[in-house]
Amino acid sequence: MADLSSNFLGIKSPNPYWLASAPPTDKKYNVLRALEAGWGGVVWKTLGSQIKNVSSRYSAVDYGGQRVMGFNNIELISDRPLDINLREIEECIRIFPDRAMIVSLMADNDRKSWHELIKKVEDTGAHGLELNFGCPHGMTERGMGATVGQDPEIACMVVEWVMEAATIPVITKLTPNVHSVVPTGRSVVKAGTNALSLINTIQSVTGVDLDTFVPNPFVAGKSVFGGYCGPAVKPIALKMLTTIAQDDLTRTVPISGIGGISTWKDAVEFILLGATNVQVCTAVMKHGFRIIDDLVEGLNNWMDEKGFKKLEDFIGKSVPTITHWEDLDINYHHIAKINQDKCIHCGLCYIACEDTSHQSISLQYGKPYNTYTVIEEECVGCNLCELVCPVDNCITMEVHRKGDEYINWKEWQKRGLPLNDH
Amino acid sequence: MQYRLRFSKWSNFQIVLMAIINNRLTKEQYDENFADIRPPFENKTAAVVEANRCLFCYDAPCTKSCPTHIDVPKFIKQITSDNIKGSAHTIFVSNIMGAGCSKVCPVEKLCEGACVYNLLEEEPIQIARLQQYSTSIAQENNWQLFHRKPSVGKKVAVVGAGPSGLSCAHVLSREGIDVTIFEKEAKGGGLMTYGIAAYKVTPQFCEEEVNYITSIGGIEINYNQELGRNLSLAALQKDFDAVFLGIGVGIARNLHIPGEQLEGVVDAIRFIHDIRNNGFTSVAVGDKVAVIGMGMTAIDAATQAKRLGATEVTMLYRRTQDEMPCTEYELNLAKLDGCEIIWLASPKEITGNGKVEKLVCSKMQLGAPDASGRKSPVDTNETFTLEVDMVIKAAGQVPFEKLISDNGLTNQDGKIVIDNNNGTNIKGVFAGGDAVNGGKEVVDAVQAGKEGALAILRYLSEP
Repeated sequence: MADLSSNFLGIKSPNPYWLASAPPTDKKYNVLRALEAGWGGVVWKTLGSQIKNVSSRYSAVDYGGQRVMGFNNIELISDRPLDINLREIEECIRIFPDRAMIVSLMADNDRKSWHELIKKVEDTGAHGLELNFGCPHGMTERGMGATVGQDPEIACMVVEWVMEAATIPVITKLTPNVHSVVPTGRSVVKAGTNALSLINTIQSVTGVDLDTFVPNPFVAGKSVFGGYCGPAVKPIALKMLTTIAQDDLTRTVPISGIGGISTWKDAVEFILLGATNVQVCTAVMKHGFRIIDDLVEGLNNWMDEKGFKKLEDFIGKSVPTITHWEDLDINYHHIAKINQDKCIHCGLCYIACEDTSHQSISLQYGKPYNTYTVIEEECVGCNLCELVCPVDNCITMEVHRKGDEYINWKEWQKRGLPLNDH
Repeated sequence: MQYRLRFSKWSNFQIVLMAIINNRLTKEQYDENFADIRPPFENKTAAVVEANRCLFCYDAPCTKSCPTHIDVPKFIKQITSDNIKGSAHTIFVSNIMGAGCSKVCPVEKLCEGACVYNLLEEEPIQIARLQQYSTSIAQENNWQLFHRKPSVGKKVAVVGAGPSGLSCAHVLSREGIDVTIFEKEAKGGGLMTYGIAAYKVTPQFCEEEVNYITSIGGIEINYNQELGRNLSLAALQKDFDAVFLGIGVGIARNLHIPGEQLEGVVDAIRFIHDIRNNGFTSVAVGDKVAVIGMGMTAIDAATQAKRLGATEVTMLYRRTQDEMPCTEYELNLAKLDGCEIIWLASPKEITGNGKVEKLVCSKMQLGAPDASGRKSPVDTNETFTLEVDMVIKAAGQVPFEKLISDNGLTNQDGKIVIDNNNGTNIKGVFAGGDAVNGGKEVVDAVQAGKEGALAILRYLSEP
């Protein structure tokens, strides 16, 4: 049995899974159900000025018959009175003292408001604060949320105010609605934040209703850009996480990874790319808190199989393997191989390669089953056929190096080696 | 494969005397026994879930295995994209009887049998049910998916409003040809309407399908017009620019055994025709019924005899399951209906005092392969006897040899001989479907009708 316990800035939780600041964490009822189900901790839904929400609030992107590949929302921060939230936070901490209780904050943009809010929240006994500099809708029009996170100077200023008052760890949550998360990340680390979390949601339109002509979600004949999340955003989140994990300054603080985490495998990927723990939201909004069982068991089994005793054994392990393109080994070459015993003759590899890649698969007509074979000398090793093949391990990529020596693009140019001739 | 079986409470019947009688069941029992066995998807979600399983194969084996080459992955993909009109068009452009075929095709040996999921030991895509989904929506809404070109002033006569004739007529009409169909029965649809078990396609469905096909316009059907009776080929040749013969087959093969003339011996074609044409209650069925043969028609006859209230139905086939002409799905239908199967049994004599009382059968064994490539049945000279009161002959159908010969059409054992261009030996007279191939599936006839129409179009455009 691996040790799944997590220590994030001294904030302990029995596993690395926190619920992200969002609707599932906006009141005691939900949070207690989550903690009973086994979640390691929660980030309480963002507290700040009193606001009012609209109806409807969510919309989704379905794909290939699966619901909610992507999800977006136009809900604002908590619309419940602050004193009720604070009382319930205190009660949850008392009932589950072994779990992490982080409170997300978005005060009005002045020092006093931040200081007052921090004081009230710390009085609940919460273990940490997360600064919501990421919410991309509604609050931005009031100069908060992503408006702060998109400007490194403003973010820096707010974090400095926060650090003047905070006596518990502070996590700054970054917005992905920027060309790079690194400038704001560096800025807030300089300003003293104890940790970073990312990503918040991505501004989006999930679709347009083809009968009403109004995009989703529908509010009385209008819509607004919503924050996109769910499995669809994971690759973007992983990339942004990696840039933070690779930067010399931002990598000095712990990172809480967020963005489309639905399974234990997703969580492992975030941790391998530098996250100390992870936060989950959309997956529980689709399936409920019960998914924590598999998140924990799957992670445990994988760690046992790999021989990892504790999370620290693999945090950031994959970060060094993401390099610059110009440092890739040009002599590396692999070629697709189709296992004829496994092939079901669907032709998907063929048509993908023939129409859109390098015409490297031959078709030998059969009735009803064609035979498909890789033309090795034409194959550039792009992986497309392997990716579209519906049968596990039917198409494999076999290494056929062009040369033994590691040689990258810079060296290739320096030596005046030949470019592609087709 | 799904089976929806609706057994009536046969066990409640206390039949004392063996007799061939009609009206054995209540209306509810008839309705239950003859309800559609290939149920449609209950709703869009169910259809889309199944459609999404489709891998969208390239040069798809299912399409190659369809005699009409329906672009199956395309029409299934169109279900997932909520383009049902497009989906139905994709089906109908290849097979105008795509709705009926989705109910009667032996898909396990055609499209679904070729589905690549079979190679993964996974259930194949339910192509027939998906096809039924799109086509039934199109038909119910009377979507006009084809537009007839302006009339070009050419007239074609089509003999037979069965699958080949309707298919031929539709292609011709699309191209602006004025088509007149001559049909010997009072309704169109041919085999679909008169020769297939009612639990596969209802008479009402068949009528709707014919109406939908002809709703393109330019197709007139004259009913109760039979070649050789009140219609002559010579007259058609005179009045029309071309003629397509889609007259099918239809004469049941005789057993050539003693007692075949006894009361209670019926042929399966007539038996099924009467069920379709006269209604369930009017068709008499025995208590103990023997069905000779193991083709699709035999299955349709046996299962319907049971569903009409026969106490015992025994199917006899002179070879084994390995050689049977019907599909395994069909065999299972018969078994699940409670029909007994006796393999390696050949009828030798029917005995009785004016009426059928006993069927004497020879026990067979398999010998060397015959011309069909199947192992031939050889008499062991041992016999056994079944007590039956009705014998249904379903040992195959033979073409209208006399009619065909009388009209001067070159034929081989009654099957019209056509050239590479679908033409008969008579100029301007084309043929296709069962009348040419001796009796295959509905879907084969649809394809033959298409090919015949294309040949006629080429012929009519010749200077």
